[in-house]
Amino acid sequence: MTGNVAIIGCGYSPVRVTTPEVSYRELTFEAASRAYADAHISHEEIQALVCCEEDFFEGVSISDEYTPDQMGCVLRPVETVTGDGLHGVGVATMIIQTGEIDIVAVEAHSKASNILTFDHITEYALDPIWNRPLGFHPEFVAGLEMNCFLNESGLSVADCDVIAAKNRRNALLNPIAAYPARLSADDIANSPDLCTPLRQGHVAQRADGVVVLVLASEKLAKKAERPVWIRGTGWANESPTLESRPWGEDAATKAAATIAYKEAGIKSPSKEIDRFEVDDLYAYREAMALTALDAGKVGDRVNLSGGSIGMGHTLDAIGLYRTAMCVEAIRNGDAKTALAHSWRGVPTTSVALSIFSVNHG
Amino acid sequence: MKEPKLGTALSSEDFKKKRVFTTSYKPKAEYAWDTGFAIGHYLEGLKEGKLLARSCKKCGRILIPPRAFCELCFRPTDDWIELEHTGTINTFSLCYITWDMRKLTDPVIPSVIEIDGATEGCGIMHMIGGVDPKAIQVGMKVEAVWKPADEREGSITDIKHWRPIL
Amino acid sequence: MGKRVAVVGAGITKFVRRAQETPPELCWAAASQALESAGMSFDDIDCVIHGTAPDAFDGVHMKGEYLSAGSGAWRKPYTRTYVGGGTGVYAPIHAWKHLASGKFRTALVVCEEKMSSCQPHPQGAFITIFDHTTERALGPNLLWIFALEQQRYMAVHGITNEEIARVAVKNKHNAMGHPSAQLGAELTVDEVLESEIMAYPVHRLMVSPTSDGAAAVIMTNEDVAKSVTDQPVWVDGVGWALDTAFWTNRDLYYPRYVEKAAWMAYNMAGIKNPAEEISFAEPYDPFCYKELHHLEGLQLAPKGQAPKLLAEGYFDRDGKLPSCPSGGLLGVGNPIAAAGMMKICELFWQLRGEAGERQIKKDLRWGVAQAWGDLMQVGTVVVMGRDG
Repeated sequence: MTGNVAIIGCGYSPVRVTTPEVSYRELTFEAASRAYADAHISHEEIQALVCCEEDFFEGVSISDEYTPDQMGCVLRPVETVTGDGLHGVGVATMIIQTGEIDIVAVEAHSKASNILTFDHITEYALDPIWNRPLGFHPEFVAGLEMNCFLNESGLSVADCDVIAAKNRRNALLNPIAAYPARLSADDIANSPDLCTPLRQGHVAQRADGVVVLVLASEKLAKKAERPVWIRGTGWANESPTLESRPWGEDAATKAAATIAYKEAGIKSPSKEIDRFEVDDLYAYREAMALTALDAGKVGDRVNLSGGSIGMGHTLDAIGLYRTAMCVEAIRNGDAKTALAHSWRGVPTTSVALSIFSVNHG
Repeated sequence: MKEPKLGTALSSEDFKKKRVFTTSYKPKAEYAWDTGFAIGHYLEGLKEGKLLARSCKKCGRILIPPRAFCELCFRPTDDWIELEHTGTINTFSLCYITWDMRKLTDPVIPSVIEIDGATEGCGIMHMIGGVDPKAIQVGMKVEAVWKPADEREGSITDIKHWRPIL
Repeated sequence: MGKRVAVVGAGITKFVRRAQETPPELCWAAASQALESAGMSFDDIDCVIHGTAPDAFDGVHMKGEYLSAGSGAWRKPYTRTYVGGGTGVYAPIHAWKHLASGKFRTALVVCEEKMSSCQPHPQGAFITIFDHTTERALGPNLLWIFALEQQRYMAVHGITNEEIARVAVKNKHNAMGHPSAQLGAELTVDEVLESEIMAYPVHRLMVSPTSDGAAAVIMTNEDVAKSVTDQPVWVDGVGWALDTAFWTNRDLYYPRYVEKAAWMAYNMAGIKNPAEEISFAEPYDPFCYKELHHLEGLQLAPKGQAPKLLAEGYFDRDGKLPSCPSGGLLGVGNPIAAAGMMKICELFWQLRGEAGERQIKKDLRWGVAQAWGDLMQVGTVVVMGRDG
């Protein structure tokens, strides 16, 4: 039966372009220590763990082998989901709602700095029969999508320049962000073309980091200091086949939002949600996401953290960084209800989102 | 249950004689992993001809391969401990196939070797050499055979293999 | 407590050394057959779960994305779960969460593997599971780690290779009755031990093959189950546990991670004496000795005693506690995640009397399926049963 679940602990490392002095396991140990301290629990109280990772990001096959130790979860129910951290939040919430388990940790990390051939690995995700033989740089997918979206929405490339500049500037006020910069829309417009209309300045740059969350059932969360309630979760996929996609819209986000909004009882997102941390791996994706989330006119309540463009693209950890930013905003009283959303990047259509609130339902 | 659906078998001849269309691709997947505090020091130790472990004062274990945190106590480990270069064979195998499935006439001999000075049961994977494979037994005492100092690189292969102590 | 969850349909492809179908086509074959068997359609499915093991075999990064549409995930909530070899039995556990939580009512659970894509031989990809800094430089292959564990199991308990070889004889014989089987055969213990030594003490006929294939089940909550079929098979216990990655610091003679996962599942199902209450088992058998190792972890044989019970016929299909009546990985094939799911399908068909030539003749109340994975680390366990 669906029950109320809350985040009772949150720990992360600052997002950094490189982290050469620590292995990813050591970095994760630090983030987990912080999260467990924040939740006022010992590692032994974690009853299950959900990790979010991909083999070819790690450079290891069956990378889930290496997950339990640095989380203090040896011989516990530990699983890996190949998804964004927000998929992990959705899964962990369901685990608690089965009624069998009360406390679940969620972990995701990025050591993007250790991946020497990232674009080749992205190409390795393209369809081997129909797409790879064309030999395009894989970001052509984003260029195609952006072009179609701008045509259908009436937005312009200049609008995307504004989004990118905003997110770099927002990062100036976020102490954990890796790419803060006082840039203007003109600065973005003057950056080189990549796959037009995509410009280099529109693309989030990669970074390293780890986030660990601790989720708890209502009966435990009620005793916590500052629980942040998970009011709704949703995730979905569109067609993996490039040739079958509706290029101008984010149908997957729409499907995911339908589920999450229903769970959260939200009918008018722009009125009921105070803060949005949505995907901006490419600047146009922020606008596309807001449209799909039915939150088109929310102005300055979007990606105050700096988003991926300002914080850094931390691969499948980005959804948990967005979540951490929402959690802090709610705990500080800057927001009552916040939404975090992620997309897993080219060439996927995977999205996941969660809605958090100071109030439980 | 019904008859299985699809799963049409092809033979290796079908590929060699090009009876089916194929597409091939060689991935370019290169990484430079940060070794971090614990393994970084471990490798430096190997270059210097040392086997290094970490201690956890809370549970009292002496851990090799070394780690920056004790995974059971969930706290940072405390000290570097230099171990002996001897150990005991916990298990071994005589392997006649390489990692890419080529046959070998003389076997390679992987083993888990419990290192003297570490907590009982704490071993590392390495190779046995310098002995007739038929003579190897679980429980045998072995010692590390190192590469000469100028050939060591800061890698697990700075130890060539382990051989029985006579 | 959560909603009760059932399996209501199953589908499977043939398991072959190299399949003509692409990975998404293999997924579609199993998924569509599972839907047909339940009399349900794509529109009836609320969410999709996929299980598949290393991307390196099929040769696609973020393989779960590539397989999503073939698995029926178009515009649906979709996640891929991955715990190495444990995945095939973990996928229905992952689905159980979706349903027992009440968030979804129906789930399509698909597992696929196409290992043949990997050239020159799929085994080569396994070097990348080892620690990139402390182990890979030694040139390990997957056979090493199984051989090291088999040697330890034999040394601690004084078990012989003859006793272990019997598992291949039993499973390849059982597989003769499985329509998907890649390696059904009538063998003797001598023939198994005469096959070439790959990594002593492991002989070639003691190793399951690399394979291509897919299998799928439909799972629903209790209300939907009762409207879809009058023979739902209940998923009444699930358990999973992952041991430390420092596998050289553990004694490999006993899979304590399987014991932990098994008790989690048995407790949930209310089973107190598994050796008496479990009617039949599908433990994971990628290598002969592993079935015995896992039967002990599953509490279905005392430590070190499984080989003796096997020799007495206890685990034969007409024995007291049939083990791998399907023919297992050794007989049916080992497309990693699909092989674990094949065991879930076997529980489903056996409990409904639909296992054809393989049908166990006695009354069946509870079955347990188990898979293993990673560096001798993961136990995933599912207990399924019929009411009454």
